[in-house]
Amino acid sequence: MLANYGYKDATGDYFITIDTDQCDGCGDCVEACPVQVFVIEDEDPNDPLRDIPVAVVADDKKNKLKYECDSCKSSGDQVSLPCIEICNVKAISHSW
Amino acid sequence: MEKNKQEYWRWTESNWRNPDINPGDVELFTVGIDVGSVSSQAVIAADGEVYAYGSMRTGSDSPTSAVNALNYAIEAAGIDRERVNYTVGTGYGRINVPFADRTLTEIACHARGANYIYGDKVRTVLDVGGQDIKAIHCDENGKVITFMMNDKCAAGTGRGMEILADLLGVPIDEVGDRSFAFEGDEPAPVSSVCVIYAKTEATGLLRKGWSTEQVLAAYCRAMAERIYSLVKRIGMEKEFAVTGGMSKNSGVMDRVMKLAGIERITTQWDTQIAGAIGAAIFGHSLCKNKKRKKRRRR
Amino acid sequence: MITAGIDCGAKSTRAVLIKDGVIAGRGLVLTGFDQVKAVQESLEKALRDFQIIEDQIDRIGGTGSGKDSIINADIHVNDIKAMSKAAAFFFPNARTVIDVGAEEGRVAKVDKNGNPVDFAVNGKCAAGAGSFIEAMARALEISLEDMGKLSLKSNKSIPMNSQCVVFAESEVVGLIHAKTEKNDICKAIHDSMANRIASMIRRIGIEEDVSMIGGVSYNPGFLDSLKRELHLDKILIPEMPEYGAAVGAALVAGLDGH
Repeated sequence: MLANYGYKDATGDYFITIDTDQCDGCGDCVEACPVQVFVIEDEDPNDPLRDIPVAVVADDKKNKLKYECDSCKSSGDQVSLPCIEICNVKAISHSW
Repeated sequence: MEKNKQEYWRWTESNWRNPDINPGDVELFTVGIDVGSVSSQAVIAADGEVYAYGSMRTGSDSPTSAVNALNYAIEAAGIDRERVNYTVGTGYGRINVPFADRTLTEIACHARGANYIYGDKVRTVLDVGGQDIKAIHCDENGKVITFMMNDKCAAGTGRGMEILADLLGVPIDEVGDRSFAFEGDEPAPVSSVCVIYAKTEATGLLRKGWSTEQVLAAYCRAMAERIYSLVKRIGMEKEFAVTGGMSKNSGVMDRVMKLAGIERITTQWDTQIAGAIGAAIFGHSLCKNKKRKKRRRR
Repeated sequence: MITAGIDCGAKSTRAVLIKDGVIAGRGLVLTGFDQVKAVQESLEKALRDFQIIEDQIDRIGGTGSGKDSIINADIHVNDIKAMSKAAAFFFPNARTVIDVGAEEGRVAKVDKNGNPVDFAVNGKCAAGAGSFIEAMARALEISLEDMGKLSLKSNKSIPMNSQCVVFAESEVVGLIHAKTEKNDICKAIHDSMANRIASMIRRIGIEEDVSMIGGVSYNPGFLDSLKRELHLDKILIPEMPEYGAAVGAALVAGLDGH
């Protein structure tokens, strides 16, 4: 499943997509993110019959990703993002 | 199967029982409760088939609304509450279903519920509610392949429509028809996405001499473009189903369909209970899994 | 030389007159739906304030979202350039400038000559601008002035979940019904707004001194939240900060005339 967390408002699209078919719930992204965007859930609330842990975007972060992720997306040179870098299975992507 | 015949029943509270199922023959009763911001539904599934439901307005207290909806469904079902083996809570107020064995998101439940009420050909489900927009792409089993949910911004939601209807003094259920009742060409859409700025823009259009109907058309068109841009993100594959309060607003939905170049499928079921149906059916699977695990543990 | 700067914004239109590097007259009117009229009226107010006539103005610079309605402008000045020049005019050591107006929040990094080096803008969404605080004041049924004062009396941190003006209004009403102290609600509103503005600043990188122009600068509650969010001791505010962008436009018009 491609789980799109985030939003689109008048200023643009701010989605983090987690490919739950790739994600094994290892939790590396939780450690890597400086602003605690990710959380590991033992039971995926979007996929009731899945029985292994999965990364999700925290409820209190999903509606302010534009602001939360700003610290890793400084303008100018496009830096690589820690959450994307750390993920062994390439399950994470950003829309902006 | 008999369906509720009242066309606008969702504005009145109602409950229903499936006369084709004999409760004496049922092994597992599971319950799905969907606590939304406006209404709360409880569905009772008998061995994974919809057996009864109750639908009520959500009161100021969500946990009470959840209990009331369940009691209303139980009343129609004519069974003892003790016979319920497993309960799943979902919806905006899902944390307020204290007696639930498990809580699931509306995403999972809507997809599964849509698969039940529309059939297994349904691939895209768009749900536009009072406070959010959800778009789900699912497979023939109602399993979610991709989803997108937007509850950050009011643009395109029922609340965004209410604000304009309020400004123009048009009852919400007249918006659809009146948004097509203008002379001449369809006006250009309101350019502001943000509801606050769109409201200012609409006020300016009225001052410029636009009719209420023209402003409604321009706003409905802007809402449609907004909704379409969100659902496009996950792809619009046939069959395409629309649920949620906005599905009844032809002013917006007809314009979405025109943009997408696709027709929506219909059902005799009230789409309002899709989430609770999905929750009850998942309850059945989860309950069976639990029993299996217990047996294994022994 | 006398130059005029006019800032035609969504809510109000402001005009300033600068004579030989000194602000000599100011005028402010509500923009309403006739921007051209508002532009003329604000300029006339400023002329009366300085007691001169329009013919004595050498050059006019126009800025703001309604700058196309400033038909008598000799030059249209981009918002970022206007705010940067203004910051350098008021505070030569300012390296970061914030401008929060009714419909747009902007931040810029400036060099010692008042030229923008980097900037970020949050327009199009009312949650990132002064409209947010105004709408919340309406929901609370208190004045903007009281909002700032009450906020300073609170030492609680209540998180606001809504990032949209429309949803935040309902959230505030919910907090009122839950008998939350007004002081605490005001602080929560300012904290939420400050968080969004601070994130824009962090994106371009913060460098002191930090200055702020625009009407929201009058709100001590917001300033307090912003300072806390950015770990700053001080944010420099000029006298009558709502004229900031107009001052910048007048300065650019003057430079251009040489």
